[in-house]
Amino acid sequence: MLNRKKPFSIQQDLGDFRPATDKEKEYLVQMRPSTTFFRDGVKRFMKNKVALVSFIIIILITLGCIIIPFFWPYSYDAQLGVTPGKPVDSSFKNLKPFQYGKTELKRIEAGEKVFPHVFGTDSAGRDYFIRIVYGTRISLAVGFFASIIVLVIGLTVGSISGYFGGKVDLVIMRIVDIIYSLPDMLMVILLASVIREPLSKILEGSVMEKIGSNIISLFIVFGLLYWVSMSRQIRGQILSLREQEYVLAARTAGAKGKWVITKHLLPNCISVIIISTALQIPSAIFTESYLSFLGLGVNAPMPSLGSLASDALNGMYSYPERLVIPAVMISLIVLSLNLFGDGLRDAFDPKLNG
Amino acid sequence: MKEDKILVEVNHLKQYFDINMGLFKTKPLKAVDDISFTIKKGETLGLVGESGCGKTTAGRSILHLYKPTSGEVIYDGKKVDKSTMQEYRTKATMVFQDPYSSLNPRMTVADIIAEPLDIHKLYSSKEERQERVLELMGYVGLNSEHAARYAHEFSGGQRQRIGIARALAVNPEFIVCDEPVSALDVSIQAQVINMFDELQDKLGLTYLFIAHDLLVVRHISDRIAVMYLGKMVELASAEEIYNHPLHPYSQSLLSSVPEPDPKKARANQRIVLSGDIPSPLNAPSGCPFRTRCRFAAAKCAESMPDFKEVSKGHFVACHRTAEIN
Repeated sequence: MLNRKKPFSIQQDLGDFRPATDKEKEYLVQMRPSTTFFRDGVKRFMKNKVALVSFIIIILITLGCIIIPFFWPYSYDAQLGVTPGKPVDSSFKNLKPFQYGKTELKRIEAGEKVFPHVFGTDSAGRDYFIRIVYGTRISLAVGFFASIIVLVIGLTVGSISGYFGGKVDLVIMRIVDIIYSLPDMLMVILLASVIREPLSKILEGSVMEKIGSNIISLFIVFGLLYWVSMSRQIRGQILSLREQEYVLAARTAGAKGKWVITKHLLPNCISVIIISTALQIPSAIFTESYLSFLGLGVNAPMPSLGSLASDALNGMYSYPERLVIPAVMISLIVLSLNLFGDGLRDAFDPKLNG
Repeated sequence: MKEDKILVEVNHLKQYFDINMGLFKTKPLKAVDDISFTIKKGETLGLVGESGCGKTTAGRSILHLYKPTSGEVIYDGKKVDKSTMQEYRTKATMVFQDPYSSLNPRMTVADIIAEPLDIHKLYSSKEERQERVLELMGYVGLNSEHAARYAHEFSGGQRQRIGIARALAVNPEFIVCDEPVSALDVSIQAQVINMFDELQDKLGLTYLFIAHDLLVVRHISDRIAVMYLGKMVELASAEEIYNHPLHPYSQSLLSSVPEPDPKKARANQRIVLSGDIPSPLNAPSGCPFRTRCRFAAAKCAESMPDFKEVSKGHFVACHRTAEIN
């Protein structure tokens, strides 16, 4: 019991305290061990559970759509009911998940093992799971490459325009305004259909042919049109950053344009860059899907999440899973990319986390 | 420390900025208008004046951070131009006013301090760079453990030390200090000012010390120049200017310095100027100070007074020096 004079006194009993040992004192004054900028950022990122989970989901999806096609027994373009020399077996069309076609059922009865159609088949009798995998592959590829193209062009143009200012800025920004004022949907369709023909001739026989001239023309369209908003944002950032005194300090030390841009300006607009790139990927995936819907996207047997979803619209009431699965896939990719981008920005901004 | 060798010579330096007054019309803003002075090796020249009088611009023009409209800077006997710029950048550096915006938040202290070395490739190995950074941090009283930290983890005084270490990195002879202590609180100001003094003794530096705190300038400067509205109005040794200011503007400026002794303070006459500093866009004709000067006469509006030597080493730009004093 405490030796208090009054029962409700707040007087402290000194016997409760004991002096800190030297080791404990040392622990208190210990300085944070110094780390590099990157390691620091990674550590902070790891603490952010939501972003970490999103990152793992993106990695899993990416790995999945690279690896799964190697061992999956069905191919994305094989119509299972069609065997040469025999009439078309329509029992393979429109299968529900984990159902089998007639010949497959016979083989199962005979004791053979048949790999299940996890998501069923589509109206042409193709295994739907592998089509989803390929569709994800295409959509992710389009998303990543298109935003890399946008990033590179937007970054270069934006930083040059912002740093040099004056007449250079004026000319570049008027060009950006012109591109901005064009209706982009119209331009995409126009360019995609114009570029298609000559491009497919160039690509004939090369590895790129399989990807399809449409996807390549999609990248070109992105490169030509979609960098404008990115370059505007980066220009705005750089315009404000270049007035900072540390830029002047670098110039006092004799730094030239390239040094100032790469060492001072771009690292300080990294959060803007990350966020707009992360948002660019879903927008690229959406653009790809509506182009596929209009027949200007991927070449026919090759699926993309967008074209799968638009194909499924016809049988929406009978086969809702065919619409739901690609839609969920798109949402999952877009959501995790956004959360991942947020997490990255928070982790790599030393001002936000002390 | 002082030698008689002239290190920096500024001749008729002018820095005008074009201000857009309409679609195609521009008007020159005379931020620095025809200033000339010299700085001897090992000396500290204080530059004082009100906010907006062009002190900072003058400092930056001398370093050719802005291309001067006209006039020249002669450094160590050589005119500063494109061919000597590379060398000039390693001889003359700058300490900035705001310790918060003058350090890149994305760089570690070591990278900030070593940046001038990186730009001029002044080291042969990483170890040499690291060694030099630690040496510089020692000069300015920073702990070597701080090297890997980011600038935002430091207090204002420490940040200013980082800025000073950066300015010292290339072994300069001449440093333009652009109000280096005005963003710091008074106790830290004293530390930093004393550090400037010590570094000058140790490294033989020459300072152009820009400030608006007259006590600070008096403490550190050998000579003091007073600027008003882009023009230099008076230049003399620190003692001379404090004891016998000749220009009416310097007189009123000095009368505004707070006096710690209340008895003396009561006896002092404070010369209060009326009105605001005119916009440098429409500067008054003739002497720029005439609109606020107690002694303004007709001839003050007609012509700009010459910047002439009235006694040894004491320059004044006023038509009525003899009559006033």
